[in-house]
Amino acid sequence: MTNSLWGRLDDVAGDAGYDDHPPRMGFFTDTSVCIGCKACEVACKEWNQVPDDGYLLTGMSYDNTGALGASTWRHVAFVEKSLDVSTVDLGLPAMGPPEGQGQATESGDNGIRWLMSSDVCKHCTHAACLDVCPTGALFRTEFGTVVVQPDVCNGCGYCVPACPYGVIDQRKEDGRVFKCTLCYDRLKDGETPACAQACPTESIQYGEVSELRQRAANRVHELHEKGVDVARLYGADPDDGVGGDGAFFLLLDEPEVYGLPPDPVVTTRDLGSMWRHVGAAAATLVGIGVASFVGRRR
Amino acid sequence: MAEAHPVGFQWVMEAKKRGATVIHVDPRFTRTSAVADVHVPIRAGSDIAFLGALVNHVLSNDLDFREYVVAYTNAANVITESYEDTEDLDGLFSGFDPETGIYDPVTWRYDPPEEMNAEERERAGELEQEERESTAGDHQQSHQAARSESHGSGGAPVSWKGRRDETLQHPRCVFQILKRHFARYTPEMVEEVCGIKPDQFREVAEALTSNSGRDRTTAFCYAVGWAHHSVGAQMIRTASILQLLLGNIGRPGGGIMALRGHASIQGSTDIPTLFNILPGYLPMPHADQHASLDEWVRGDEGKAGFWGNVRSYAVSLLKAYWGDAATADNDFCYDYLPRVTGDHSTYTTVKGMIEGSCKGYFLVGENPAVGSANGKMQRLGMANLDWLVVRDLQMIESATFWKDGPEIETGELVTEDIGTEVFFLPAASHVEKAGSFTQTQRMLQWRDKAVDPPGDCRSELDFYYELGQRIRDKLAGSTDEMDRPLLDLAWDYPAHDGEVDGQAVLREINGTGPDGAALSAYTELKPDGSTSCGCWIYCGVYADEVNQARRRKPHWEQDHVASEWGWVWPANRRILYNRASAAPDGTPWSERKKYVWWDAEQGKWVGSDVPDFVADRAPDHVPEDGAKGPDAIGGQDPFVMQTDGKAWLFAPLGLADGPMPAHYEPPESPVHNPLYGQQNNPARRKLDHPSNPINPSWSEVFPYVFTTYRLTEHHTAGAMSRTLPYLTELQPEPFCEVSPRLAAERGLEHGGWATIVTARTAIEARVLVTERLRSLRLGEQFVEQVGLPYHWGGNGISRGDSANDLVNVTMDPNVYIQDKVGTCDIRPGRRPRGRDLTAYVEDYRRRAGVDMEHPEEGGAE
Repeated sequence: MTNSLWGRLDDVAGDAGYDDHPPRMGFFTDTSVCIGCKACEVACKEWNQVPDDGYLLTGMSYDNTGALGASTWRHVAFVEKSLDVSTVDLGLPAMGPPEGQGQATESGDNGIRWLMSSDVCKHCTHAACLDVCPTGALFRTEFGTVVVQPDVCNGCGYCVPACPYGVIDQRKEDGRVFKCTLCYDRLKDGETPACAQACPTESIQYGEVSELRQRAANRVHELHEKGVDVARLYGADPDDGVGGDGAFFLLLDEPEVYGLPPDPVVTTRDLGSMWRHVGAAAATLVGIGVASFVGRRR
Repeated sequence: MAEAHPVGFQWVMEAKKRGATVIHVDPRFTRTSAVADVHVPIRAGSDIAFLGALVNHVLSNDLDFREYVVAYTNAANVITESYEDTEDLDGLFSGFDPETGIYDPVTWRYDPPEEMNAEERERAGELEQEERESTAGDHQQSHQAARSESHGSGGAPVSWKGRRDETLQHPRCVFQILKRHFARYTPEMVEEVCGIKPDQFREVAEALTSNSGRDRTTAFCYAVGWAHHSVGAQMIRTASILQLLLGNIGRPGGGIMALRGHASIQGSTDIPTLFNILPGYLPMPHADQHASLDEWVRGDEGKAGFWGNVRSYAVSLLKAYWGDAATADNDFCYDYLPRVTGDHSTYTTVKGMIEGSCKGYFLVGENPAVGSANGKMQRLGMANLDWLVVRDLQMIESATFWKDGPEIETGELVTEDIGTEVFFLPAASHVEKAGSFTQTQRMLQWRDKAVDPPGDCRSELDFYYELGQRIRDKLAGSTDEMDRPLLDLAWDYPAHDGEVDGQAVLREINGTGPDGAALSAYTELKPDGSTSCGCWIYCGVYADEVNQARRRKPHWEQDHVASEWGWVWPANRRILYNRASAAPDGTPWSERKKYVWWDAEQGKWVGSDVPDFVADRAPDHVPEDGAKGPDAIGGQDPFVMQTDGKAWLFAPLGLADGPMPAHYEPPESPVHNPLYGQQNNPARRKLDHPSNPINPSWSEVFPYVFTTYRLTEHHTAGAMSRTLPYLTELQPEPFCEVSPRLAAERGLEHGGWATIVTARTAIEARVLVTERLRSLRLGEQFVEQVGLPYHWGGNGISRGDSANDLVNVTMDPNVYIQDKVGTCDIRPGRRPRGRDLTAYVEDYRRRAGVDMEHPEEGGAE
């Protein structure tokens, strides 16, 4: 049971009970080469037959998808950031018109940066959604990924607040929850997930998690060598709050800028300790009760 | 490029990964800018000033690749004494006729060689006569028939190689003329014209020049940001001059890539859907000038270079069209070819529809009601036809304008009064039919059919084949001479499962020899009718009876040239003019850029690509006096399609608006041309019609610049994207992009509505206030640009006004394409509806003083 709920865990599928299983598979999304084409969003929907998510002009740059949800399993964030040093950076993704209207944007000033990043379910090493699912609809696959079975899901929704990233979500008119399956059906046939297959710039890379982590570390090193000091990995550390993500990222800014939580922790991390405390409290209560009866006999 | 060509852009990202510097010049900060090393915001339509300054930077700092320039370009050619430059005439070149608006290029020609042969002396006499007369008559006719474009394949034929001064010191040599011409294109001028700071200009100039030369090359990619202007051809010419001066043509990693508007636009130029050329860039015969086959090919036949064999290409094409009926006795059915009598380009045709001279129209995968400039003109034209055939995947606006177009709303058109009979025919998509795409590298890639088309949808090939059959059935037995061209057509293709086999058509395009077997190279084509070939530059695509375009050997299984992926015209040659990748003596310029070179032992050109040269022509070869065609190519003449074998920094012929580029303002501009007294391209083609009024330049009523563009999420006029839920949700509404400064100036709210007005009409769109659009400071003047994606129209899941309704039709005189830049006003709130809209626009016209007597003038001169 050690590390089943939190902390470093090297063999995720083994821990889930698979004796003989393929290596853990995942995504490394290198946002430094993302061009925001959204081919991943479309390929995902085409392959997985995910319905459209409404036709709403959000005004959040070119992001009209908004966030991951039951009908959006890949989401490309667009963050416009002014490079004008005098602008106070609130560290939040751009929503609505840029601050500091007026003379700030004539030619020759510092310009802006436009960050793009394709977000997806993280397929956590310790997946709280799976841990809290009462029906077993959510399960760990032999590839170490986390998948919902729609025919088992009863729509209780426990998993929704359990996810530290806010990924899994209910489809309102349906009640059940949906999210990225890392194309479980394609993986079984030895195929690449639809989003990675469609990505023209290899921003989304699919492969064995151990190999991807190495590749990601090399890429960060390479970017640092080139002077891109802002490059950093997100979700690649097996010692982080979720035991590392099966889908992790190379970012060019703080995670909050992309709408990602800075230090996610599996919401069931303290479950063991909670149960132990509950057990202890129950034992104490029982002890007090017994003691009181004992006392009464005296 | 990332915005409109995300798949092709993967190779830019690959290059960046390997250390390439990516520079992006664009009025807006796009997805490309986001990953580029440098983004240079530029005022839309000012590219010649920017590129011209780069030319000047190279010339005035002696940064040109001198050995390349002297040997391979016409820098050393001496131009005739009567030539006068824009420097002399305040923005005009010599030969301009203000009455007709047309240039006579007779003064732009090369000085004759110092020692002339008899033929050259005769020609010199003719030219002198021509210059004396200097009547614009002939040129007018020739330009109206777009001869300037139809020279495309061979370049216009020059009379001689001419006098050359390889020291480049002669005051009238091209190099010196170029230096003087571009001297006023300084970094400070760039700031004033383009809004680019001198520091940023120098950063680009430094990156460009330090990455060009013996060891390094630089490539340019452009799209309609250059092409769709009243000076579009000259914008691209400026880039050509720059690339030639830097030695970046004909060498690996160099070149200028035209990114096309959609799949196979290159293919539809090679095997054209244009009025003035035939397959392989053969000029369309002119009714008055080309009465016989001999007259048709006379201008080019026998001239130096491979274009000198034009008769072989022409006769083989006629044989492909009319097969056995084409014989030497009947001029190979040359008389069956239709003739042009003037300008029959798309906008002129639309005007003809409005005026009633054009009665029927086929729209095939084209949605001009949304995709063409001045949508109103397009709809007014289509509303005045007898019949209109629309073949498309979706019920597009061009098929329904008669019941729900914007003019129905305003009452300018009334459904009951429109007599046009519209036939809508559902078409098969690219995955529902086999065929080839030709992309910007001239590469043909074959795709197989993935699924059957649904319902009644059919491929174009099937449709046209059956249409031809039905017409021929109707005409069967006719004795009318007029029907012979149709009845004699070689119109017989094998079918599989009821569908015409596209590969059979490709094989016919490739061509066959006397034995009926597929040819393998255009050098095998004959002028005697023994060969047949549907497009000479495609000859070899079916070599060895194999569909070479269908080859898909991955790049990791072959060398870096990857010559076994698809097939590239001509002759599977991946880089054109690659003789220039070696020095004049035939050795590679450098080890790093080694590509094609002379192997003296084998006595031939070798390398990683198919050499673009006569295989065994030694570098020191000097052609004999009087040699013709390919025999006249010297060992140091890499530009084998040019009659002088040299690349043209200065075009002595062939362009309608000057031998060199000059910056002119777009027909509508808030800026006085800082370079010359001449405000606009003097040779621009105007379209005179009340539905096409031009905003006066410098008008306070229309103070802002607008430009149209694309979004990754949508495809051109939208029929293939805003009809699909997965794409529509990604960009669900038309919007305009404005800078925070402009938003503040006009009170525009982020997410709110705005109305954008020109003298044509007004449209509405949601507002995105973004720093990605910059306020440009041009000296004392601020210029604001309104960015408009143009994908929307009245049909589909996501609907809205069409940005192209705002665009005026003023055309480049070489290729008759419109200028996508104009001026406008922008106001918060939605536009007026119905008749109020026409009144609203009329009020703007009145306040701006648009002269409706001469609506096409714009009143700038």
